[in-house]
Amino acid sequence: MTYTIDQLKDIAKDVRIDCIKMLTEAGSGHPGGSLSSADLLTALFYTQIHRTKENALSDDRNRFVLSKGHGVPTLYAIFAQLGILTKQDLLTLRKTGSILQGHPDYDRLPEVEASTGSLGQGLSIAQGIAMAGKIDQKDFRVYCMLGDGEMQEGEIWEGLMSAPKYKLDNLCVILDYNKGQIDGSVENVMNIEPLSDKIKAFNWHPITIDGHNYDEILNAYEEARQTKGKPTFIIAHTIKGKGVSFMEGKIEWHGSAPSQEQCDQAIKELSAL
Amino acid sequence: MAKASRVSFGEAIAKLGEKHPEIVVLEADLGKSTYSYQFGERFPERYFEMGIAEANMIGTGAGLAMTGKIAFICSFAAFVTGRYDIIRMSIAYPNVNVRIIGTHCGVAIGPDGNSQQGLEDMSIMRSLPNMGVIQPGDDMETQQAIEYSLKHKGPLFIRLTRQKLEDINSKNYQFQYGKGVILKDGKDVTLFATGGTVYNTLQAAHRLEKDGIKVRVVNIHTIKPIDDELIIKCARETKRMITVEDHNIIGGLGSAVSEVISEHYPVLLKRIGLKDCFGESGVEKELYKKFGLDTESIEETIRDFMSKDQPVLV
Repeated sequence: MTYTIDQLKDIAKDVRIDCIKMLTEAGSGHPGGSLSSADLLTALFYTQIHRTKENALSDDRNRFVLSKGHGVPTLYAIFAQLGILTKQDLLTLRKTGSILQGHPDYDRLPEVEASTGSLGQGLSIAQGIAMAGKIDQKDFRVYCMLGDGEMQEGEIWEGLMSAPKYKLDNLCVILDYNKGQIDGSVENVMNIEPLSDKIKAFNWHPITIDGHNYDEILNAYEEARQTKGKPTFIIAHTIKGKGVSFMEGKIEWHGSAPSQEQCDQAIKELSAL
Repeated sequence: MAKASRVSFGEAIAKLGEKHPEIVVLEADLGKSTYSYQFGERFPERYFEMGIAEANMIGTGAGLAMTGKIAFICSFAAFVTGRYDIIRMSIAYPNVNVRIIGTHCGVAIGPDGNSQQGLEDMSIMRSLPNMGVIQPGDDMETQQAIEYSLKHKGPLFIRLTRQKLEDINSKNYQFQYGKGVILKDGKDVTLFATGGTVYNTLQAAHRLEKDGIKVRVVNIHTIKPIDDELIIKCARETKRMITVEDHNIIGGLGSAVSEVISEHYPVLLKRIGLKDCFGESGVEKELYKKFGLDTESIEETIRDFMSKDQPVLV
């Protein structure tokens, strides 16, 4: 099934609304980085990964590893859109006994593909999956979303060094570059620029886009698919808290949940989009 | 024939690679030292040189394991277990089929000194849920443990030596995961030993025979899950116990045995090993003497221990 950009935007709107509802019900979590990745991940799951409830654990499925594990509400919300989870499941986020742990838990919910949340580890795992695909001559593709603050972890740069060595053109990294981390702006905490130059110097194929512009997102995914002999790294500039006026660009919304009143306001704004 | 368990591993994995296409081996620039190169020579398409970047090797191994492979990731025990958080999150928590091969354990590696000597690795790995910890004691046991690991579900840490290990097991020996092995029976005291210290412990036990001290020697090749049943049985039958390991006495074999008897059958226990200190450079023989791990020192410790009164336990 193919989706128009308007359809994708509608799905992303629902995903954002579900993120807000889940986080409000949970009383804790990370709204900023959940909303910033919603467009990138909606487009990814519906136009590239083609995830369905039926293929969610099949051998030949395309894979997605969320290295920035704190952004997992977006992933759960997309799973609910796809029927892998129910809307009721979403409201158990972070509660005792729930399969929806605060950060992805592969053992409880294998559909998340990897256990993450200690930053910097997802790229290596995605690389291993991509290597297995090459060994078995499978056609599946592997996508991995990194957070920008996470680029400060050493293991990321080890992985950036090794994936081109093994010519993993079945691997595509998407950076949710929302510019904020807990202690402040990425630029001030530990600047990661000039990023595109660094990525290129590590022998990846870098693409820079606006992570909320669907034409640019879809073109980048297509370019990644066409790129042979090396992995692709999409630097997607995004806005933390995208879609909710009082959250946009505000570091304070990295890791605190909305009140019921703020939730109602956020849903009102998102519904009007 | 005396053989280093790292060499036994290299031979075993290269042999098993033939029948098991699901085996992949990852190395962090120590292939000639861990002997993983033997697999690499035969199966280059399933051997991945990851460079001096252990964290990335650990995560990559996890990804391969999540995609149907059995991933052996190889390095020195000190280096690989030093990347604790990566092992915790990428391997132990998702409970995937990665085999962490940690060679160069203990002060026995000698002159290279503390930085290369795995001395806290069992302690670190034992604390991780889902993680099994194995330290084989001779060539045959290593080969069988590696073969066993192919059918094990979940992650394993396998601790191997650089020094040669004398044969300790009989010809018809069968490795059983989680089961201790009584190598010599005795009624006065039980010595639990693991890996490179088992042979010296056996020698010391034999020497004490002539003085009428009957020492039972148990090889603990699986440090986790530890053989509770056998340990409790030995506590009942011999009362006194000693553990011997080329590792910090905190967190390894000594701790594992203590935990079992403290909860089930408290008896007096002496732990031989590095007493919460780091290793150092030196010749293997001299270091084993210095840290109380050679045959003479073990013998002396047993004599001294046997002369102490057993405390009255409530």
